[in-house]
Amino acid sequence: MNNLVAIEGILIAVILTDLLLLGSSRLRTCIRMVGIQGVVAGLLPILLHHAENPLRAWLLAAGSVAIKGVVFPLLLLRVLRDVGVRREVEPFIGYTSSLMAGVAALIFSLWVGSRVTLPGTSSASSLMIPAGLATILIGLVVIITRRKAVSQVLGYIVVENGIYVFGVSLVGGVPALVELGVLMDAFVAVLLMGIAIHHISREFDHTDVDRLDQLKG
Amino acid sequence: MMDWTALLPPSAALVLAPLLLGIINRTKAVFGGRKGQPLLQHYFDLIKLLGKGATYSRTTTWVFRAGPILGLAAVFVVVLLTPLGGVSGPLSFTGDLLLFAYLLAQMRFFTVLAALDTGSSFEGMGSSREVLFSALAEPALFFGLAALARQTGSLSISGMLAEINTQSWLLHGPALALVASALLVVALAENARIPVDDPNTHLELTMIHEVMVLDHGGPDLAFIFYGSALKLWVLAALLVGVVVPMRTGQALLDATAGLAGMFLLAVMIGVVESIMARVKLLRVPNLLVGATALAVLALVLVVR
Repeated sequence: MNNLVAIEGILIAVILTDLLLLGSSRLRTCIRMVGIQGVVAGLLPILLHHAENPLRAWLLAAGSVAIKGVVFPLLLLRVLRDVGVRREVEPFIGYTSSLMAGVAALIFSLWVGSRVTLPGTSSASSLMIPAGLATILIGLVVIITRRKAVSQVLGYIVVENGIYVFGVSLVGGVPALVELGVLMDAFVAVLLMGIAIHHISREFDHTDVDRLDQLKG
Repeated sequence: MMDWTALLPPSAALVLAPLLLGIINRTKAVFGGRKGQPLLQHYFDLIKLLGKGATYSRTTTWVFRAGPILGLAAVFVVVLLTPLGGVSGPLSFTGDLLLFAYLLAQMRFFTVLAALDTGSSFEGMGSSREVLFSALAEPALFFGLAALARQTGSLSISGMLAEINTQSWLLHGPALALVASALLVVALAENARIPVDDPNTHLELTMIHEVMVLDHGGPDLAFIFYGSALKLWVLAALLVGVVVPMRTGQALLDATAGLAGMFLLAVMIGVVESIMARVKLLRVPNLLVGATALAVLALVLVVR
């Protein structure tokens, strides 16, 4: 019972960081939010699977907290400093509209979550699937509506967090090796994107991705 | 025969509301390293203003004179609806949360009308800002109240606040915390406190509420000051009713806990005003929509 309250608290914290990410205009704040989200979501396996396999749960949690909570934010803050991008997010649609889109995504995920029953979710809270889905959708919103390349990386990490939450609610079954592999992939992807941002910035003096479509032809 | 305890919340509100402002000011003074004005300064101000005569511009009509009186009357009725802690107010019926919200809206409406009646473009600007922000704060208030109503199964302000106890915090803690934070933003916005409006400023480009009452003087201004103190008290009481889950059944004990909560909240508002800057005017809607998002999240959590 106590465990369930803690899990719900974590899921709500994940959703709150989603909304804060959508609503804040500073890139630095956004990066911090994504970092907090990574740490909070990383704690889930300890609460969920501790009884079955303590070592695995702690390993997974430690891995994802270290990478998503510490390495990603540091990496991105470093990129931000080196590239010297402006500190505002510069979205295509306003913050208010993005927040509303986030709320809409949340309600949609709750509706889906109430319809879909997945195997192996008996132990977890019923908020698990909606929280995961909403985080994935909000990550997509961030990728679509933000202009800066750094924001796109942030959106990518948020999607990854969402998949993580979604996956953790389903496992019991997924081996730790696969989980760690996914984590490694995400790490490499973020690293590559960081390097790509450097190159974009060096070539074009800015990191606005909407101008990249003029390169064709 | 009415229960005598029902008279506790309104009498406390009528007597102590200006004190709340005094506490906020004192907290800000302490933060600023000043001694600050006396805690009872607002009572002195009210007495001074009530002893003065009023001056009316020739362009104003009866609307201008009626505004403060009708506004104060509306907020008096709201005070009757408002509980203090777990102690219900004297007036409560199913659905009175709508009356609660719209009497406050009515108060604002008459303030705005009176401001527009002066014909000053300056006051018109303040009115339009006030109306815009309150329109954005309203969904947050209603979604928050709806979440509370759903969680407690009661549609009256006193009823639902009486239902909230330590047990409901254990079961629905996250939802209640979300409602509380949404209500805090609403209370700050509605009372023209700092992240939205600065009650001390008299710079034309920044103020919202103060600009609308510039042309009032004497007893009218006293009515407006007292009315806004009561409005602060009422919204703070709503918030404290959610946050302080002290429901022993003994009216005096509950009311004391509620009162302590009110004063703590006043100190907290003072701290917020000391450490935060006013949000840029264009970003205020963002803040209010964020509060609405929190309230919606709380609602889906309790409906689920």
